[in-house]
Amino acid sequence: MENNSTQQFSTVIVPKTRLLDFHLKELVRYRDLVFLFVKRNFVSHYKQTVLGPAWAVIQPLLTTVVFTVVFGRLAGLAPGGVPSFLFFMSGNIAWGYFAGCLTSTANTFTGNAAIFGKVYFPRLVTPISTVLSQLIGFGIQFVMFLVFLVIYWIRGTVQPTLYALLLPLLLLQMAMLSLGVGVIISSLTTKYRDLVMLVGFGVQLWMYGTPVAYDIGIVPAKFLGLYMLNPMTPVINTFRLAFLGLGSFDLPHYLLSWAVTLAVLMIGIVLFNRVEKTFMDTV
Amino acid sequence: MDELAIKIEHVSKQYRLGAIGGGTLKGDLQSWWARKRGREDPNSKIGSRTDLKPGDKFLALDDVSFEVKKGEALGIIGHNGAGKSTLLKLLSRVTAPTSGTLSYNGRITSMLEVGTGFHQELTGRENVYMNGAILGMTKAEIDRKMDQIIDFAEMRQFIDTPVKRYSSGMYVKLAFSVAAHLDSEIMVMDEVLAVGDMAFQKKCLSKMRQAATQEGRTVLYVSHNMNTIRQLCSRVIVLDHGRVIFNGEVEKGIAVYMGGDTDMHSDVTILPYMRTIECKSPIKMTRFRTNREDCTFPFGSVLPFELYVKSDDAAAHECYIRAIIHSMNGDAISMCNTERAISIQPNGETAKRFRIDISQLVPGDYYLDISIFEVGALGAQERFDVIQNLYRFRIIETPGFNLDKPWYPAGWGYINNGVISEL
Repeated sequence: MENNSTQQFSTVIVPKTRLLDFHLKELVRYRDLVFLFVKRNFVSHYKQTVLGPAWAVIQPLLTTVVFTVVFGRLAGLAPGGVPSFLFFMSGNIAWGYFAGCLTSTANTFTGNAAIFGKVYFPRLVTPISTVLSQLIGFGIQFVMFLVFLVIYWIRGTVQPTLYALLLPLLLLQMAMLSLGVGVIISSLTTKYRDLVMLVGFGVQLWMYGTPVAYDIGIVPAKFLGLYMLNPMTPVINTFRLAFLGLGSFDLPHYLLSWAVTLAVLMIGIVLFNRVEKTFMDTV
Repeated sequence: MDELAIKIEHVSKQYRLGAIGGGTLKGDLQSWWARKRGREDPNSKIGSRTDLKPGDKFLALDDVSFEVKKGEALGIIGHNGAGKSTLLKLLSRVTAPTSGTLSYNGRITSMLEVGTGFHQELTGRENVYMNGAILGMTKAEIDRKMDQIIDFAEMRQFIDTPVKRYSSGMYVKLAFSVAAHLDSEIMVMDEVLAVGDMAFQKKCLSKMRQAATQEGRTVLYVSHNMNTIRQLCSRVIVLDHGRVIFNGEVEKGIAVYMGGDTDMHSDVTILPYMRTIECKSPIKMTRFRTNREDCTFPFGSVLPFELYVKSDDAAAHECYIRAIIHSMNGDAISMCNTERAISIQPNGETAKRFRIDISQLVPGDYYLDISIFEVGALGAQERFDVIQNLYRFRIIETPGFNLDKPWYPAGWGYINNGVISEL
């Protein structure tokens, strides 16, 4: 028995983990599960709907039309120089991806309590696969956007720039930011259900704090410093610069938004790690 | 020296009773503010310290330590609430211990509930991938095992049909089959054998025995069914109120679990913790009493008892009493109800005397469950209170019983059906 006490074990479960314990190796081992979740989310989302994935297109298209009429024509919030339809559509699909990721990752713990309560797998698998599933929807919407873009481009009313090559980076940033905010909320909702109420309209409010439905030009200069702290602002701006050639590239604020994103993601993962071990007792 | 598969050292798991926190941010901020100013927490419960109240701490596991060798089949037994499921939850990493360390080698397949992650819209095959991946297999591993899994579940025809079209039996068979084919070194099971038909249950049992004896895998098995524990396990651990009270030979452990004679009481005061099934109702049983001090009855007797029922309802209720007799293995043997409804006094205690015919029960020890229920206008039965294993009693042989030979319950059952009469 003396020898037994020195035996090495492959897994040791202790009450608390270190602050930054990412189990990256374990996540890699469960990569197949990530893809299966993505597939399941996609299949179950559109099963038994008549239009199927077409819904991914219809929703932003109609929102864009409404925005163009209400915010563009009536309120006159669209900038000159670019077609307002494309202006609102670009804002919509980029924001749509971010908001979709955020609302569904915010649901991670409460929505998966049944499965989390039965088996162990790295809990981060679920929010990561959610973010990837949303990417499929974004892909479909982006193709739609490209079709309109090409039409306007042939007409010569819009000029995409080489910043379009930044698209993967923009998507990555939106995914990381929404993942960060989403897991912070989902970690807190295990104890405080109040936050569930907040998510829906919180996202709505955030959208109005981001130049989605209007041009950044209308923001008074004295608020601009505060306004640019919103990490989504430079993302949307850069997205529009890339495809519509609108505005100019603002490197300092872009870097600042990355810094905020990374900080939020870090806090999110730390919180998530703390909660994931015992949330079953409180949820 | 035998290699260890699992080592559990001084593990405790604490739960707080009742709702945790305020549940809302406001409640927690209130408590925090009160603490800051040295006032009494407005959300804490007022009450005596002697009995457990919501908000009190409760140890589901209390300093549990044991070791499991590689290739061993360990049974974990204990009454409801003894901490068995908590232990398995800790091992399968569903939740973390409050203190102590659990270490193990290799992968653990937990079969706390089979079919986790099955999605109604996906086909059987897709669900095998899904479920397998949740349990920790890679796609390549599942590919290799797919044929074995399908054959074990006897489902080849239906494997490409969405599982929402499956019968519940098919569903469970497929799910069990996935779990049973994992290449994990340790299998953790919580009464999964209660699935499928008899033939499939037998198949599962032999599959698990094979896993332990031939494949050198370690099996942890939790059950209330002593027969499967006997068939499967080479050692048992008995848990009681979160502590290990026995660790060793199967038969001895079962005897400890059955409690020797220590739980034979002729007068039982019913305490809240004895309720394993919670019913929200104003009517509760408070006391059960028999006039037999030793709880022992000769074969062929009746069991007279007195039952006290307390009602907190202003309305009078007409209730039925039900008695279920269990063998020590946990198998239900017989059931009887009161012939007609009993009137329960509003806002007070009612004491009634009853009698059950136990004349056909063969010698041995039995448990009695008592429940009280009401029959609604449409014939639906609503349970008011259920106490399992309320009373333990013993039947002893009388001269001439079974031609003065011992009865053999494993083969003959528990009911002596009289004699075969010659016509």
